[in-house]
Amino acid sequence: MSKHFFSDTTVLLGRSLRHITRSMDTIVTTAIMPIAMMLMFVYVFGGAIHTGSDSYVNYLLPGILLITIASGIAYTAFRLFTDMQGGIFERFQSMPIARSSVLWAHVLTSLVANLISLVVVVLVALVMGFRSGAGVTAWLSVAGILILFTLALTWIAVIPGLTAKSVDGASAFSYPLIFLPFLSSAFVPTDTMPTVLRVFAENQPVTSIVNALRNLLAEQPVGTDIWIALAWCVGILAVSYAFAMNTYRRKIS
Amino acid sequence: MTTQHAPAIQVHGLDKSYKDLHVLRGVDFTVARGSIFALLGSNGAGKTTAVKILSTLLKADAGTARVNGFDVATQAAEVRESISLTGQFAAVDEVLSGRENLALVARLRHLENPGRIADDLLARFSLTDAAARRVATYSGGMRRRLDIAMSLIGNPPIIFLDEPTTGLDPQARIEVWQAVKELAENGTTVLLTTQYLDEAEQLADRIAILHQGRIIVNGTLDELKQLLPPAKVEYVEKQPTLEDVFLALVGADGKDGDTGQHPIPARK
Repeated sequence: MSKHFFSDTTVLLGRSLRHITRSMDTIVTTAIMPIAMMLMFVYVFGGAIHTGSDSYVNYLLPGILLITIASGIAYTAFRLFTDMQGGIFERFQSMPIARSSVLWAHVLTSLVANLISLVVVVLVALVMGFRSGAGVTAWLSVAGILILFTLALTWIAVIPGLTAKSVDGASAFSYPLIFLPFLSSAFVPTDTMPTVLRVFAENQPVTSIVNALRNLLAEQPVGTDIWIALAWCVGILAVSYAFAMNTYRRKIS
Repeated sequence: MTTQHAPAIQVHGLDKSYKDLHVLRGVDFTVARGSIFALLGSNGAGKTTAVKILSTLLKADAGTARVNGFDVATQAAEVRESISLTGQFAAVDEVLSGRENLALVARLRHLENPGRIADDLLARFSLTDAAARRVATYSGGMRRRLDIAMSLIGNPPIIFLDEPTTGLDPQARIEVWQAVKELAENGTTVLLTTQYLDEAEQLADRIAILHQGRIIVNGTLDELKQLLPPAKVEYVEKQPTLEDVFLALVGADGKDGDTGQHPIPARK
């Protein structure tokens, strides 16, 4: 690791944060789709969905937050792709800077942008009647899981960002990730699903993450869900980081 | 830290293939310190590949290249300290302003006072008026000037310019040429690639013609001219070229690269 890694990453992070603040529309669009989904599910379908929970918006919010992240990282891939297409990426690579700082700046920017979108979504949920009596520790745990999930998905997004041939290709990978919460306990309990689907739903990462978040916010014991959720997040993060770094190294050598 | 007497660039037997496409087949050349060296060739001749290898963006399959005395394969970090690359596409950040672009590079080169460095370069490249504007609003010529200005930060002794005037209008081209000449006068070594014969003729101390992955000739302009039989004298009426006409009409000194201040109105 180069001696300038932290200072170079900070400078480049400042650069891409400027990109974000000068195109706030990307953060707003990231938040609009999950907010629209939340409105539709709460006010259109919500009355007919029986979750065993008093408030459907309380039940729904964790899944909506994961969808927000899944759609937000499409912009990470897009921003990285744009850098690769223009000459700026090659300029950075031909300069005496820490080589991985270019990538880390994008990853940290993704984290900041997604956190802003998540705050916007939570604020809308509050207006819609979302309430939680969770204490500071529980909220910090929720934030920690969301940050880990964002980092895991961001490192996945880095791979198409580096390798895509077109803008559409760079962001298309996020569609299945956005869809994954629908095949989980995020919108409805898994009990009524056909067996095959239920087995999938109950064993895919979104369900354990959603359950852990929901229980934390509802001041319920989190049981083993939180450990399974953390294991998924850390596992996905480790694998996607290794793949992304490997792709990056091949790209710049 | 460098061997000051070694040539700025020494390339020997450089080979590079992409799958079955043999782009470079044993390229040799040497660039003296403080000179302008033009690598001339048509599209696909391998110019960009050669520049990318010299600027440590690509690895050669075979052969050696030393830049500022450092081996590009084994001393990449030292090479990067010695060079600046202005790639084929303007390597500027469209979202940032011109001043922010310059300050960004100054910070990444770990220099003190990035703001002052930016202001000096903005003045030197006649971009002060546009300093606070987003680069997305710049004309092609302004963008190229900013691009070259960004490459000068930290005074690297060697600068690579990959097709610096491709896609520019005649005025912007002259502005870029002026900037390159000033660089060489201040002792910077410039390696530029071009597909325009007049550009090589105008700027370069030495010209090498890269054709199908090989350097087929390498010499000064006079040496190259002597390869053909001596010119025979003919009397031809001197007509102004279209470039002469164009520049006379629009004014050759349009430094801002913008429109609106010229004696003859642009199309309405």
